[in-house]
Amino acid sequence: MQKLLIISLRYTLVTTLLLGLGYPMLVTLIAQHVWKDQANGQLIVQNGTILGSHWIGQPFSGPSYFHSRPSAAGNGYDATASGGSNWSPSSQKLVDRISASVKNEQTDTAGGPVPIDLVTASASGLDPDITPAAAEYQASRVAQARGLPLNQVEALIQKNVTEREFGLLGERRVNVLQLNLALDQMQAHP
Amino acid sequence: MTTNGWLQIFLFYSIILVATKPIGLYMARVFEGERTWLDPILCPIERLIYKLTGVDATEEMPWTVYGMAMLAFSLVSMLVLYLIERTQAWLPWNPQHLPNVPAALALNTAASFTTNTNWQAYTPETTMSYLTQMAGLAYHNFTSAALGMAVALVLIRGISRREHKTLGNFWVDMTRATLWVLLPGALVLALALVSQGVIQNFRPYDTAKLVQPQPATQTTPAITTQTIAQGPVASQEAIKELGTNGGGFFNANSAHPFENPTPLTNFLEMLAIFLIPAGFTATLGRLTGSPRHGWAVFAAMAVLFFAGLTTAYWAESQPNPLLHTVDQRASKLQAGGNMEGKEVRFGIVNSALFATVTTDTSCGAVNSMHDSFMPLGGLVPLTNMLLGEVIFGGVGAGLYGMVIFVVLAVFIAGLMVGRTPEYLGKKIESYDVKMAMLYILIFPLIILSFAAASVLLPNLGLSSLNNAGPHGLSEILYAYTSATGNNGSAFAGLNANTNWYNLTLAFAMLAGRFLMIVPVLAIAGNLAGKRYTPPSVGTFPVTTPLFTVLLVGVILIVGALTFFPVLSLGPVLEHLLLRAGHSF
Repeated sequence: MQKLLIISLRYTLVTTLLLGLGYPMLVTLIAQHVWKDQANGQLIVQNGTILGSHWIGQPFSGPSYFHSRPSAAGNGYDATASGGSNWSPSSQKLVDRISASVKNEQTDTAGGPVPIDLVTASASGLDPDITPAAAEYQASRVAQARGLPLNQVEALIQKNVTEREFGLLGERRVNVLQLNLALDQMQAHP
Repeated sequence: MTTNGWLQIFLFYSIILVATKPIGLYMARVFEGERTWLDPILCPIERLIYKLTGVDATEEMPWTVYGMAMLAFSLVSMLVLYLIERTQAWLPWNPQHLPNVPAALALNTAASFTTNTNWQAYTPETTMSYLTQMAGLAYHNFTSAALGMAVALVLIRGISRREHKTLGNFWVDMTRATLWVLLPGALVLALALVSQGVIQNFRPYDTAKLVQPQPATQTTPAITTQTIAQGPVASQEAIKELGTNGGGFFNANSAHPFENPTPLTNFLEMLAIFLIPAGFTATLGRLTGSPRHGWAVFAAMAVLFFAGLTTAYWAESQPNPLLHTVDQRASKLQAGGNMEGKEVRFGIVNSALFATVTTDTSCGAVNSMHDSFMPLGGLVPLTNMLLGEVIFGGVGAGLYGMVIFVVLAVFIAGLMVGRTPEYLGKKIESYDVKMAMLYILIFPLIILSFAAASVLLPNLGLSSLNNAGPHGLSEILYAYTSATGNNGSAFAGLNANTNWYNLTLAFAMLAGRFLMIVPVLAIAGNLAGKRYTPPSVGTFPVTTPLFTVLLVGVILIVGALTFFPVLSLGPVLEHLLLRAGHSF
């Protein structure tokens, strides 16, 4: 048994060097050379300031920006505390929170049933996307608040729709941060 | 449920079906020590490892020595992980200056990763340093997976060897599983993931200035910046899926955009979870000389996979009856259904598929929050685990679990016709059946005892609940099932970072792993010593559809008899009450 324990210790140390250090170092080395931007989180930088990551959602409120989904990560879109609400469908807390979100989304627009993703919290709390339904639902509110023609805002949404990969995988979606930045840019440089 | 959804499922299953044979045969070559095209690179590394560790690669071990080596290695490597966690503040690659991990949590985590469970009672991005994640946690993703493969291999050898005392060499099996299967697979997958946007760096966390700073509200302070957690994610993500480990680099696991940014990465990750376990059915067929038996076992797994998947997909597509003034229908513009705890890019179908895949196996990675699934949707992952994670199952662990059920099925078939049962030329006798039953009974004993204790202890057990009503029972049941089954997924609302849960779950994980492996090794040792009995007219063939039906029947009956009562008080009751409009 003592012999087995000694081999175990030596085996753990040697393979840790290979699998615990060598392997991730090799992946990092290749990644940082070949896919530098992807490996560092595809940060969006303007004039030396980091505005966010392409993949990580941000909170938006008020009438003039497209809203992201509700977030259960920290105080909302906290990228050091990812996670969902973990409330069950039969939870009264969930029903109350969704009702409040519905009210919040409806007061700004013409009313009508709100697309479900816009009032439910994502799994990560950092979901960068909303559905095309949720984007179009908000189009008239944003157009009105910014004094833009509705068709121009709708065209911008269309331009920012990410299709299914290979026309098959996943769901159609709109990256909210990207859409809002495009919106700001369109107004700054009409 | 949509046509596009079924097409995605069809594509996923087709690839697994096509890949099963080549992967299985490759693994058979690796474990038999035959030549492969990777030999020129890997053989020198293999020899170097044996030299540095003092392993005698020619030594053949009986099952008892094999088991001792396995336990010794697990104990030592677990202690090393515990030490890394407890000292990480003083070690390198800790740019966020995270403190040492508290004792109970460090113990729970060490047990969790050593047993291939990857249950996580903590938020990784604020608890674990880069070094701990790489050299501690991801390291165990390799070794715990290799260990599962080694045990499966020993059981296969037990069936195929005749009048033999020994079953192979633990260190050689571990090393070959790692070098020839896990490491190359992980390397390729990690690079594929990085190319699609999974991060891989050692940067300190970045701080972004929000595009629209958020004013303070009644419940939250003003928010003007966003701290973006970074790290060597892709290398860990790859082995986490390939080794059916499931421990996330981030708290949100594979739902986090940095772990799983696109539908394509999601697809690759799901494939990686299933490839090795599916391939093992072909390895079983090849090494026992009965490829059709391998396919009969594959078929049983496929039937159970589709049954679970269809149920979960259907349940999650349903609207929540408590919600009004929301649009929950599927259309061209949205996936609809139950979107709480799901990501838009994955929608309903990829969330249901991932949840099924991750709990059919012992993976436990999640791309959606199972706690927020509809009651019958959440019933599927729970049931998959309660059936013993034999639907493809964990790498190695799924196969040896399934073979135990095969032994039981063959035994029952023998009882029905009144003959001594045989399995691939080996008589199944009293000792084998006793060990198989031990394997099958240890599992519910641990789960149900601890779940019952937690329900009866309001201050220790119930105070951690996130949901009231029948769903609370489901949360507790899910935790002990996941731990004992070495899955690691969670109804994550339960606050498991308490002394009670950290310690009892650590025990459940260790017992669910090692107490169940010992009877497997014992059966293997016993079978290997037996003479070959040629099949006769009275032998129940294990290669036919009838066998597949019997096997599925045995798995379902054992699971249903054991767990139906508790499931009826949890998810089933919640479903009925939710339909009637009750909330909690």
